[in-house]
Amino acid sequence: MVGMSEPEPKIQIDQVSYFYGGEAALKDVTLDVQPNAVTVLFGPAGGGKTTLLRLINRLNDLVEGTERSGRILLDGSDIYAPGIDITALRRRVGMVFALPLPLPGTVRWNVEYGPRLAGIRDQAWLDDTLFRCLSQAAIWEEVKDRLDAPASSLSGGQQQRLCIARSLALEPEVLLLDEPTSGLDPISTGKVEESIYQLKQKYTIIIVPHSVQQAARVADHAAFFLMGELVEHRPGTEIFTMPRDQRAEDYVTGRFG
Amino acid sequence: MNRTWVQRFGFVLLALAALVVVVPILVVIGIIFVRGVEAINWDFLTAMPRDGMKAGGIFPAIVGTLLLTVCTALVAIPVGVGGAIYLSEYARDTWVTRTIRLAIVNLAGIPSVVYGLFGLGMFVLFLQFGTSIVAGALTLAIMTLPIIISTSEEALLTVPTEFRTVSFSLGGTRWQGIRRVVLPQALPGIITGVILGLLRAAGETAPILFTVAAFYLPSLPQSIFDQTMALPYHLYVISTQVPGMPEKMQYGTALVLLLLVLSLSLVATIIRSIFRRRRQW
Repeated sequence: MVGMSEPEPKIQIDQVSYFYGGEAALKDVTLDVQPNAVTVLFGPAGGGKTTLLRLINRLNDLVEGTERSGRILLDGSDIYAPGIDITALRRRVGMVFALPLPLPGTVRWNVEYGPRLAGIRDQAWLDDTLFRCLSQAAIWEEVKDRLDAPASSLSGGQQQRLCIARSLALEPEVLLLDEPTSGLDPISTGKVEESIYQLKQKYTIIIVPHSVQQAARVADHAAFFLMGELVEHRPGTEIFTMPRDQRAEDYVTGRFG
Repeated sequence: MNRTWVQRFGFVLLALAALVVVVPILVVIGIIFVRGVEAINWDFLTAMPRDGMKAGGIFPAIVGTLLLTVCTALVAIPVGVGGAIYLSEYARDTWVTRTIRLAIVNLAGIPSVVYGLFGLGMFVLFLQFGTSIVAGALTLAIMTLPIIISTSEEALLTVPTEFRTVSFSLGGTRWQGIRRVVLPQALPGIITGVILGLLRAAGETAPILFTVAAFYLPSLPQSIFDQTMALPYHLYVISTQVPGMPEKMQYGTALVLLLLVLSLSLVATIIRSIFRRRRQW
């Protein structure tokens, strides 16, 4: 894409390798993530996509017996630099998991959880945030009369959109979505994808999709992962129509999966 | 022998085994109630003992046992629950934590009279608390700790790991996740463990024998450095050490102790069911 002016990358993944107990999960991955766009990490299971997501908000710090090399830069500064405030990092980089994981509490409590941990007590702000986030996650209309009902009483699709809203409440800059629609029916999936489309106006989104079709639907940029390697990555979505790498082509056209 | 017959025989054996648990508790409660209930009246519960304990009430023993249980709780709950939180939420699997776990298991297996002797050596003599409520409560607390720690840890471990991960992902510190999500979920189980431990402490004789219990002290303790009478020891004394003791007073004392312990356990059950009902996931 020579000659096309790209904005500064929001996230730079620079020669990152990662090992679980000696076994490589990521091999020398280098990848720039553009702001205000949806970057899709796709490929067969075991490719290292989820591992990479969890490295970007340092959730993998919790796993013992791992080893990492390389750098990950957020707005140009290394998130693994010594002395960095990890909780502040995680507020900037939100995450939605493959399964809907509402915390045991009400809808309202779930959305307010992050801001309250950050020390925010201003009820007017919290009420605004509740409305804003549930609207952005395309679930406000469905839960506006059930804000004080247990989150577990919502349907799976609603729970997952609640989880997206919960991440948004922290006003993150980056949103990591790890197969956010894997357990959902087509209608809920459509709603989640719709909200992703809305959200990229304001956020940088990295998503591990649950199918190639979904990857093609939501991607602005796409990266194809295979066995811990970044096989092909180009700005734009032509990887889905004109993949250069034979393995990417085989995967996209469904020759293996 | 045909298989149906073997199966039936097996069922009968299993049912009997289950029944065996129920029968003794009913018989024990029944006998103690029938023989003890006539001793119980307002005077018996609120008066000092008289005539070498052959008459009057058991008020100081009741107060003593309640005081001991409360003091034991004040020490054992924070230490026990704190230890459980450390082990389940913070500790990595190192030789230190393995040693701690080994110590807990072994602590649970020590006979209660050995705790009594330890309390005598450690708190009464070495730390010079004297024969006192402090010494007795500390001894009982140590005896109670393994029960509280292991049941609390169990309760904490049943809370799904994902809740902790989610809390981290929303910018929470480990402690914030524990306090706001994990602990509330584990609370019913923790309360059960605490009550189980305290029940045992309330009913034990041997650990208080050398550390706090007074043979005959017809007054209430004025401070935690005083001795006190206590129900289990009083029961032991009037059952074995006092000739000519009216039988109904022995059974009456046993009944009071039993009711105390059972009501504590009832309270625990109620608290637990309230928390269970409030739990939402």
